[in-house]
Amino acid sequence: MARTVDRPTRGPARPLPYVIVGVLLAIGIIAPLLVPTYARTDPTLAGIPFFYWYQMLWVLLDTGLLAICYFIIRAEDRRRRAAVGVDRVAARAEQDR
Amino acid sequence: MTPLAAAAPAKPVDVVPLVVVIVLFVVVAGIGFAASRWRAAPSGLKSLDEWGLGGRGFGGWVTWFLLGGDLYTAYTFVAVPAAMFSTGAVSGFFAVPYTTVLYPIVFLLMARLWSVSHRHGFVTPADFVGGRYGSRALSTAVAVTGIVATMPYIALQLVGIKAVLSVLGVGGGGNAFLQDLPLIIAFLVLAAYTYTAGLRAPALIAVVKDLLIYVAILVAIVYLPLRFGGFPEIFGAATAKLTATSPVTGKPIGSVVPPAASFNAYWTLALGSAMALFMYPHSITGVLATKSRGTIRRNAVALPAYSLVLGFLAFLGYVAIKAGTKPIDLNGLPNPQLVVPQLFLDNFPGWFAGIALAAIAIGALVPAAIMSIAASNLFTRNIYRDLFAPQASAQRQASVSKIVSLLVKFGALLFVIGLDQSSAINLQLLGGIWILQTFPAIVGGLYTRWFDRWALLTGWAAGILVGTVSAYSVVNPLTKAHFGGSIAPLPFTTTPVYIGITALVVNALVSVVLTLILRAMRVQPGTDITTTSDYGADEHDPKVVALEDRATEAEPPVTQPPTA
Repeated sequence: MARTVDRPTRGPARPLPYVIVGVLLAIGIIAPLLVPTYARTDPTLAGIPFFYWYQMLWVLLDTGLLAICYFIIRAEDRRRRAAVGVDRVAARAEQDR
Repeated sequence: MTPLAAAAPAKPVDVVPLVVVIVLFVVVAGIGFAASRWRAAPSGLKSLDEWGLGGRGFGGWVTWFLLGGDLYTAYTFVAVPAAMFSTGAVSGFFAVPYTTVLYPIVFLLMARLWSVSHRHGFVTPADFVGGRYGSRALSTAVAVTGIVATMPYIALQLVGIKAVLSVLGVGGGGNAFLQDLPLIIAFLVLAAYTYTAGLRAPALIAVVKDLLIYVAILVAIVYLPLRFGGFPEIFGAATAKLTATSPVTGKPIGSVVPPAASFNAYWTLALGSAMALFMYPHSITGVLATKSRGTIRRNAVALPAYSLVLGFLAFLGYVAIKAGTKPIDLNGLPNPQLVVPQLFLDNFPGWFAGIALAAIAIGALVPAAIMSIAASNLFTRNIYRDLFAPQASAQRQASVSKIVSLLVKFGALLFVIGLDQSSAINLQLLGGIWILQTFPAIVGGLYTRWFDRWALLTGWAAGILVGTVSAYSVVNPLTKAHFGGSIAPLPFTTTPVYIGITALVVNALVSVVLTLILRAMRVQPGTDITTTSDYGADEHDPKVVALEDRATEAEPPVTQPPTA
């Protein structure tokens, strides 16, 4: 199969944003799975045992973590794409059609 | 009157809720057929991109409804509260951490899969594996696993519809054909609009279904606890029931808060299920139908709203314990799967119960449609095209896929009518273990070309073997039947864990060790048609087909900025 030269879609990555996002995602995966930290009844919330409301709380916390990750990654993606001028090339490809 | 009816009086048909269910079903069918014209290409649905992926242009809202309808299926809505009602937290509430940790995983993996698939026009996960490793054997293995794991999942959606019909007293006649007639009609209509409109039909129907589900569950979770004395009373009733000793096993029936011995089972079930869910072809179909990388990531942020609803729904299993709901099937025997439909019917006016029941029934139609589309895309791309008809045109692929989608659904229908329900549940449980064995090939491939294709294939086979044998060895204490559950002791220990995770560990170890050996033996890796830049491509980047066309012309010089 004929293949053109690999034209980069993104410039080189900066490690920091990816490290931060990686840590946040790891928290979002590991914390809800640490069963010993929440397998108990007290304190209850409106009669609901801790076990249940705490896990539901993590649904909201994960949403918050992911929202932060989304904005970090979006900014970094835009910077990397701007670095190779890829959106100008893409715009021209669009005009060619 | 049959002898059984003497023990339990024959269930009368509930007219008002039944009429509401039928009216909503007809409305939804109309939407399904009309969907073929929704944002369709002028030439019609004559390629898999159009028929099987809805034109690859779904934005944030449509994707949210589509994936919500796709992942949180009718069976989930029936089975999770049923498990809470029967045995409590370990087999029921794990669905909440499962659908919580799911989204960081989706955020991490699915944008890369979207980019490389967008660039190369991949329609299925097996397309990607084939392109990445240049291995027909591996891509076929991924495709077959996907099809086999999806089939019983479609059959279980029918179980969801059946639960609704049974509670309404429909389908109880003596005649075997008449008994299943409503189910057959529902599936014929589903098959017809999926054939006509492809992925657009479930996408539009999902909007209706999700709104109905949200209304039904939010009303129920506010009103029912008030009616039954509040959450302290409800959890008290659940504790009393579940901590009682079972006369059969001599152990507690279940648990409200899992005991220390169940901790590992709980988190491995949640993690394993989360890792497996986006290996299923119907989830990947939903991802590849989106417009851009950002759409998927935004949805990973917004989709957990459904997990909250699922948590409330799980509570309804305990509400039913307090309410004393009696889920009695048409044959007069108790069937926990009916507990939520019965709860709505007992405690709400007929029209509102009808809305809730319709939401469950329609909730079965959305995933069943997406699953049958995904399975037929796998068959068309990775078995029909790859193995038999490499020159098949886009139009030919679309027509093959449409016909296969019909066959897949009739297969599922025969499955549910012909076999008993528990074999569908067993096979779905096995399907989850099997689909998880494609994780190393698919996810490994998204990040690295290090793994050898033959090592991955051997690891996959080892994982399937270990998973199937362990699942077979689990014996149900009540019925003494094999495939009694998805939890077994970790080999060489007594710690019970999810079998899928055990099998995945075996799979990964075999893949790594064998890759090292094959590297040392200097075995040739396959051709990788993807490049690093493909994994970061976005919506307006040229696709590979376009790049190849332009390469034959004079390549316009691209100004490269100085690299940092």
